[in-house]
Amino acid sequence: MTAVTPITTGRRPPAGVSRSRRGRAGWVFVGPFMAVFALVFLAPIAYSLYLSFFRDQLVGGTSFVGLDNFQRAFEDEQFWAAVGRVLLFLVVQVPVMLGLALLIALALDSGRLYGKSFFRIAVFLPYAVPAVVATLMWGFIYGTRFGLVGNINEALGVSLPDPLSPSLVLASIGNIVTWEFIGYNMLIFYSALRVVPKSLYEAAEIDGAGEWRVITAVKIPAIRGALVIATIFSVIGSFQLFNEPSILQSLAPNAITTYFTPNLYTFTLSFSGRQQNYAATVSLVMGVVTMIIAYAVQLRGMRKEA
Amino acid sequence: MSAPSFTADQTSRRSTHRAPAPRRAARRKHSVARPRRSTVLTLLMGLTAVYALMPLAWLVINATKTQKSLLDSFGLWFSGEFALWDNISQTLTYDDGIFVRWFLNTLLYVVVGAGGATFLAVLGGYGLAKFDFAGKRAVFATVIGAVAVPATALAVPTFLMFSKMGLTNTPWAVIIPSLISPFGLYLMWVFAAEAIPTELLEAARVDGSGELRTFFQVALPLLTPGIVTVLLFTMVQTWNNYFLPVIMIKNPDWYPLTLGLNAWNQQASTAGGQPVFNLVITGSLLTIVPLIAAFLLLQRYWQSGLAAGSVKG
Repeated sequence: MTAVTPITTGRRPPAGVSRSRRGRAGWVFVGPFMAVFALVFLAPIAYSLYLSFFRDQLVGGTSFVGLDNFQRAFEDEQFWAAVGRVLLFLVVQVPVMLGLALLIALALDSGRLYGKSFFRIAVFLPYAVPAVVATLMWGFIYGTRFGLVGNINEALGVSLPDPLSPSLVLASIGNIVTWEFIGYNMLIFYSALRVVPKSLYEAAEIDGAGEWRVITAVKIPAIRGALVIATIFSVIGSFQLFNEPSILQSLAPNAITTYFTPNLYTFTLSFSGRQQNYAATVSLVMGVVTMIIAYAVQLRGMRKEA
Repeated sequence: MSAPSFTADQTSRRSTHRAPAPRRAARRKHSVARPRRSTVLTLLMGLTAVYALMPLAWLVINATKTQKSLLDSFGLWFSGEFALWDNISQTLTYDDGIFVRWFLNTLLYVVVGAGGATFLAVLGGYGLAKFDFAGKRAVFATVIGAVAVPATALAVPTFLMFSKMGLTNTPWAVIIPSLISPFGLYLMWVFAAEAIPTELLEAARVDGSGELRTFFQVALPLLTPGIVTVLLFTMVQTWNNYFLPVIMIKNPDWYPLTLGLNAWNQQASTAGGQPVFNLVITGSLLTIVPLIAAFLLLQRYWQSGLAAGSVKG
């Protein structure tokens, strides 16, 4: 994302009338996007900020409460337990998924595979599967009674641990998310690798670098931008975790609480709990936490680049 | 998950075994630039392909089973009578053909939502790449900042806002938020900067072509791979959307497929509900076929579009 700034390729138009005409023309193209953007991004942020300063009660109606909602959020153990859970998910699942995606991309790029295009599309295909369908499929596969895990238990006379038990359910969700997005990230890395000039490899080889050295010294630094972007998207994705746990809930009601992830918690608050002002506050706090972490990732990525 | 990680480790370790190429042999047959194919690496890659495809194979196999043999046969092989066609016709007719209705809803959301999102992203990306205008830096900062805002953090406030505007429980509630794709804008911006020579636009202007005409007749054809890429990715997002409709839509008549399938699954898991696991599975299969077909058929376009997008990424 940081690399975008220098893209202003439009040649500076001649001064005077023509420049202001061109100036207006720019807005003709950017305007429609920005108008809808204001409606679905900026307005909700402003509105939730407004909501977070009020409380709506059956008795007494809406009243201004200052920062009470924020104070409540900072002391809310259920909320922070949910944040802790997605943080744990983040530090385990994201490195595993991105590491595997990178290794697959490097293998594809090495040119040492038979049937390269088959592998590329096969690993990517799960991305086209909706989270709902992915979770339903894996949910069935995880089943110890009728599912594949149950089949294996029966056939081999073993008893594998239940993937949907409270202690394993987070790892099982991690597997579903990895399955869904490994191909997408692989493709981002692979596309970035394709455009690294081949002459760089040859130069490194002439200097006596082996294949592994070329990977660590040439290929990975060359795609750092793609790595940073993929990491930021994955971090944001982890904080937003909702679909998979929400759908698995009907299969594993004991393992997945109503405050399993921050998003599940705000969802429960606003639709079952009817505490919409507080839900808006929690959304805001969560948005800020996410932005801070995404920003930290970006800074780290940039520093290494420099 | 352990299988592919094994693959990857082995892959990297193997590569280290290769002796560094001697100085004068850089143009030899087997080098980093012109490598020898490896059976072992291919087999290890095969494991990742198995991981990726196994659940899909499971889905296809189990869509051919009846409700009964679904529950008492081995998951990864066929069993009992071949009931795929039966299952499909049951899926399409169950509850007065509600599945078809969900399919058409999804199509509406995808065509208007993803189509609109692509249109806005193409216009905006072109504007950002090829024009100087007041406020351009502000646009850049806002949109990049917005990428970091979790879309789901916006969902609850958007719902509250839309319900004040009377939009919830209508298709608009799903379509309007789908119209914005910051990633699409970013990709089109990078792509337009690369793919359209500014000289070409200058030439069209000198010939007296207006800005809009220049855009449609000169720029648009050059943007095709980028447009297909953005269209495919926004289509996937809209087709697969769950969080947004689950918040916005209460009326099953406006459900997209994802919500409908989940409703069937919950019905099957509820005590006393009619178990329709075979419909959940067959419906899931029918839901993913169009997208997988689109990706396979349009491979050439979206792969080149992504490659161009990553130049600056």
